[in-house]
Amino acid sequence: MITLKDVHKTFGTNQVLRGVDLTIASGSSMVIIGGSGTGKSVLLKCILGLVHHDRGLIELDGQDVTKGDRDAFLARFGMLFQGGALFDSLRVWENVAFRLLRGSLRRPKAEAREIAIEKLRRVGLGPQVADLFPAELSGGMQKRVGLARAIAAEPEVIFFDEPTTGLDPIMSGVINDLIREIVVEMGATAMTITHDMTSVRAIADNVAMLHGGMIRWTGPVAEMDATSDPYVQQFIHGRAEGPIESVR
Amino acid sequence: MSAAGYLLTPVAGLGRLTLSALATLGRIAIFAAQVVTHLFRPPYYPRELGHAIMQIGWFSLPVVGLTALFTGGALALQIYAGGERFSAESVVPAIVAIGMVRELGPVLGGLMVAARVASSIAAEIGTMKVTEQIDALVTLSTNPIKYLALPRVVAATLAVPVLVAVGDAIGIMGGWLVGVNRLGFNSAAYIKNTVDFLEFWDVASGLWKGAAFGFIVAVLGCYHGMNSGRGAQGVGRATKSAVVGASVLILAANYLLTEVFFSS
Ligand SMILES: Nc1ncnc2c1ncn2[C@@H]1O[C@H](COP(=O)(O)OP(=O)(O)OP(=O)(O)O)[C@@H](O)[C@H]1O
Ligand SMILES: [Mg+2]
Repeated sequence: MITLKDVHKTFGTNQVLRGVDLTIASGSSMVIIGGSGTGKSVLLKCILGLVHHDRGLIELDGQDVTKGDRDAFLARFGMLFQGGALFDSLRVWENVAFRLLRGSLRRPKAEAREIAIEKLRRVGLGPQVADLFPAELSGGMQKRVGLARAIAAEPEVIFFDEPTTGLDPIMSGVINDLIREIVVEMGATAMTITHDMTSVRAIADNVAMLHGGMIRWTGPVAEMDATSDPYVQQFIHGRAEGPIESVR
Repeated sequence: MSAAGYLLTPVAGLGRLTLSALATLGRIAIFAAQVVTHLFRPPYYPRELGHAIMQIGWFSLPVVGLTALFTGGALALQIYAGGERFSAESVVPAIVAIGMVRELGPVLGGLMVAARVASSIAAEIGTMKVTEQIDALVTLSTNPIKYLALPRVVAATLAVPVLVAVGDAIGIMGGWLVGVNRLGFNSAAYIKNTVDFLEFWDVASGLWKGAAFGFIVAVLGCYHGMNSGRGAQGVGRATKSAVVGASVLILAANYLLTEVFFSS
């Protein structure tokens, strides 16, 4: 279980997070929605400790994430970055198998490669891309390689930052199914950021909307459409008119 | 603002600049110490080290060799012209050799490596930082200092002395070429003169300098890369800072090391 209590983060004068309270139950899928630039990516990075929050408490299974063994903590996580963040000096399969080629999860090279190719297949990429370099792939393909890398070591907790952005509708469907599968079959805890309402409905158990540096609304996905919260309503229907200003 | 205020503005600016330079130097020293502590803590990444040695050592050979060749030649001409004034042309071989191995080999070699290597390290790591690849490394349980900085720092510290040794030899050969072909020295006598005057410590001190300069170049490249600002502009600034910082530190370190090695 991941618990955030009153998490604050400010960059210079830009108050991005102003007291985020959120709980994500183990084995559940939480989707974070919210306008561009509201701090969704920053929130994920705070949990992983890539960005240090100024105030508040973030706990994983009751343990403060800023304390304790960082390696053991990170070994439980996988993360897909918004921009893919593939290592451009390594081949696609070496990116996917990065964890399996070094450190405590190290496997023989042939085995690691096999696992990488299997994970690539799960994100809809054939074995012919395995030996290419990331720069030789399209944006959507890079995104999927990033996704394969995030799930390669079968982590307990997986963060997906906009997994379907830049993908065609069919591929989005494949990725949505994959994320759902990972949660249901592997029992992983997933936290996904997306702007795609189809994805939200396909992936989420629970939804939280970040606005103004705080969680504006959170609840089961089934209740999202029925909520009277004008912010959520404006967001899920994509209306230009409403309480969320269009110039931010 | 008062007249005195206007007069003091440049002084205050200079003060601020000095303070920020010192603060950066302090942060670089802390970073260097962190890199060194990783030397004693596994895991290690031998593949990264091999790659870095190729990039930093092998591919710098042409530029360092050419620099040394021309410098040795010019040195021979200058010393001949200077020596002629008090009929001491015969010192050319000895002074070319001593000048090359003690000073010009390591310093010019170090500066060329700073231009070539500090810039490429800073740009590469800076781009990785900007595109979140460094964050990705962390989430994949890999320490960026251990994975990115340590191999490069070790490679540069080992490779630059070798580059300096090669540069020394090529520089002395440059002097010999000019001495024999342009200044009318006897080839065998030139070589004998060089060998007779050159002492072990002359060469060794230059190699130690090379190691120090290699360390400086890689540390500055990695430090500025990892602390790169956002976007292409941030990477550009990091690259510039790495080259300028490494060059200045090399010259300062050269003075200090010369004091330590030769002023007894
Ligand atoms: N390293 C950083 N330094 C300074 N400001 C930052 C940094 N990272 C993020 N920010 C700022 O924090 C705010 C939130 O950024 P974030 O990337 O979390 O947005 P987001 O909600 O993920 O948006 P999007 O949906 O467009 O990806 C932005 O105003 C951004 O400029
Ligand atoms: Mg984002």
